[in-house]
Amino acid sequence: MAVSGLRVEVGGKEILTGLDLVVRPGEVHAIMGPNGSGKSTLAHVLSGRDGYVVTGGSVSYQCRDLLAMAPEERARAGLFLGFQYPVEIPGVSNVYLLRSALNARRAARGVSEIDAAGFLRLVKAKARLMQMDESFLQRGVNEGFSGGEKKRNEIFQMAVLEPVLAILDETDSGLDIDALKVVANGVNSLRDPARAFVLVTHYQRLLDYIRPDFVHVLAGGRIIRTGDHTLALELEADGYEQILAAASS
Amino acid sequence: MTGNALNQGLEDFIGRGYAHGFVTDIESDTVAPGLSEDVIRFISAKKGEPEFLLAWRLKAYRHWLTLREPRWAKLHHPPIDYQAISYYSAPRATPGLKSIDEVDPKLLQTYEKLGIPLHERARLAGVAVDAVFDSVSVTTTFKDKLAAAGVIFCSFSEAVREHPELVRKYLGTVVPYRDNYFAALNSAVFTDGSFVYIPKGVRCPMELSTYFRINQAKTGQFERTLIVAEDGSHVSYLEGCTAPQRDENQLHAAVVELVALNDATIKYSTVQNWYPGDEEGRGGIYNFVTKRGDCRGANSRISWTQVEAGSAITWKYPSCILRGENSVGEFYSVAVTNNLQQADTGTKMIHIGRNTRSTIVSKGISAGRAQNAYRGLVKILPTAENARNYTQCDSLLMGARCGAHTFPYMEVRNPTAVVEHEATTSRIGDDQLFYCRQRGISTEDAVNLIVNGFCKQVFRQLPMEFAVEAQNLLNVSLEGAVG
Repeated sequence: MAVSGLRVEVGGKEILTGLDLVVRPGEVHAIMGPNGSGKSTLAHVLSGRDGYVVTGGSVSYQCRDLLAMAPEERARAGLFLGFQYPVEIPGVSNVYLLRSALNARRAARGVSEIDAAGFLRLVKAKARLMQMDESFLQRGVNEGFSGGEKKRNEIFQMAVLEPVLAILDETDSGLDIDALKVVANGVNSLRDPARAFVLVTHYQRLLDYIRPDFVHVLAGGRIIRTGDHTLALELEADGYEQILAAASS
Repeated sequence: MTGNALNQGLEDFIGRGYAHGFVTDIESDTVAPGLSEDVIRFISAKKGEPEFLLAWRLKAYRHWLTLREPRWAKLHHPPIDYQAISYYSAPRATPGLKSIDEVDPKLLQTYEKLGIPLHERARLAGVAVDAVFDSVSVTTTFKDKLAAAGVIFCSFSEAVREHPELVRKYLGTVVPYRDNYFAALNSAVFTDGSFVYIPKGVRCPMELSTYFRINQAKTGQFERTLIVAEDGSHVSYLEGCTAPQRDENQLHAAVVELVALNDATIKYSTVQNWYPGDEEGRGGIYNFVTKRGDCRGANSRISWTQVEAGSAITWKYPSCILRGENSVGEFYSVAVTNNLQQADTGTKMIHIGRNTRSTIVSKGISAGRAQNAYRGLVKILPTAENARNYTQCDSLLMGARCGAHTFPYMEVRNPTAVVEHEATTSRIGDDQLFYCRQRGISTEDAVNLIVNGFCKQVFRQLPMEFAVEAQNLLNVSLEGAVG
């Protein structure tokens, strides 16, 4: 995926002001930045959420114009968004949603629907990986889940859907240390030369468990600094202010 | 999603055609439009009815003349010209068909188009089907098996001929002809319907199913259904209907009476998909139905489950009179309205006996410019010690131009009663749709997913094969509902 010069407005206000980012297969990118820097906007606009007006720049994904694709087309092409605030869908079981999602992807690739037994084996294996009780599978999507359970469920869905590019929006927020480890473990187990991750996060602590190849600092709607995982440690030690000050000077 | 995109999607949804709109070309034996004592005598004579029934019809008619159409419901429609309706029509088939091969092939094709391959379906599902085409029963299956169990399942006309004493004993004892305007009209002019009698201690060996279908221009349909469950018996009855497309409004005023004696259980399920009218509100069925069950015996139970998807107007309150001690009444409802459809539906739970319990779960879905009202009464009489009611009433709105309304009435006249009421109104959220789409699910499938999740509590009450049908019906009804 190549993002170049991306400018995005929300409600007439420019949030992304010319953002550049290149993500290649197998890479793990962390995007860090203070509140209001445009991190979630980036995650949303890449996944095709409504309400964001692209005023400039482009995003190419697998040699296609990502911004011209409907959200479901992007998803079927392997783009996954782990939501910061996953919604509840009462009465729709987790497995039902996942099976619909999986089959929609398969149909897009011209593959026949997954058979019931195969699907059950798959979700059970992934649930074990995420240390989720099997009862979660039959519960309504995020219905009555705690904050931590919702986040874990996002990673579980990611594990089942096996995306090409996973964007995780503040997946670490609201997690206690044990849940954080489970989530990180889930992500690490999915690391693959053909799969890329973009971790959007405010804090460094997720990166204690998932070592990124690149760390980007997002501020004022664009990436002001890029480094390796040590940049995250620097941020943690010095705070955003110093880097922002250095960038603006 | 922007508001405009949402509205555009709704416009697409509104543009959807009615899948069951077609008319079978069969010569009919139809009486001239208009209602009078002569017409009632004609109907009664045509059916070879005993004197008591004609007398009852005439009393009902004379009472009806003194009544006015009810106006309290949240429904609006042009005045109905009762003199413009033809009150009798029958397909010209030779009476007393011995096998399905003798049925008019065109008629069978009609069922095929509706997805009801009668013979196959009945065989596969083990369901006895009493298919009503217009007003006269065409064919009945599985009669022998039922007869062996002592169950009577036949057309109402046949019941009048073969079991007049049962009809006389129970007819009008749950819904008297004086009950309301439409019940009085039905009592005067009903032409056919179904009759079920389950003897003492018998568990009906199969689900009973009837498919009703209107197929005559300017012909109102006035079914009369009576189900009697004797002590300790059990029966599950399914009713499903679809109607072909018509430009003129068609009146449908059915009456259903259920009688459950000691320890008896009646489960009555409906999937209703009458023609709803076009996107401008032209045509469509006016559905004014009176359904009531009488838990007459101790420990009896009556359970109504309905999925109301069709009709331009739905006026329907399947109710339970909880007379027997420890009797239980249940009402599970999904009502879907779209375009200019209007529904005013709900239930009445009348607690008379001690330790009576009732449960109401109502799910209303409104789209387009439709209006959907829940109207329910929970009445606890002084005699009903320790009565319990739980009511849950949820509304789901799709788009910005539809309406959902809730009118819960409670009359509690015994201090030991516990009555609970919960209500929610929600919109299909953009965030829910986006969540599903981000997982790769199309908007249309996402809407279906969310709606079916919303209705799950009710669908669970339906017999398996009906639950699937109901789910399909909703999916078809909501195609392209949100873009």
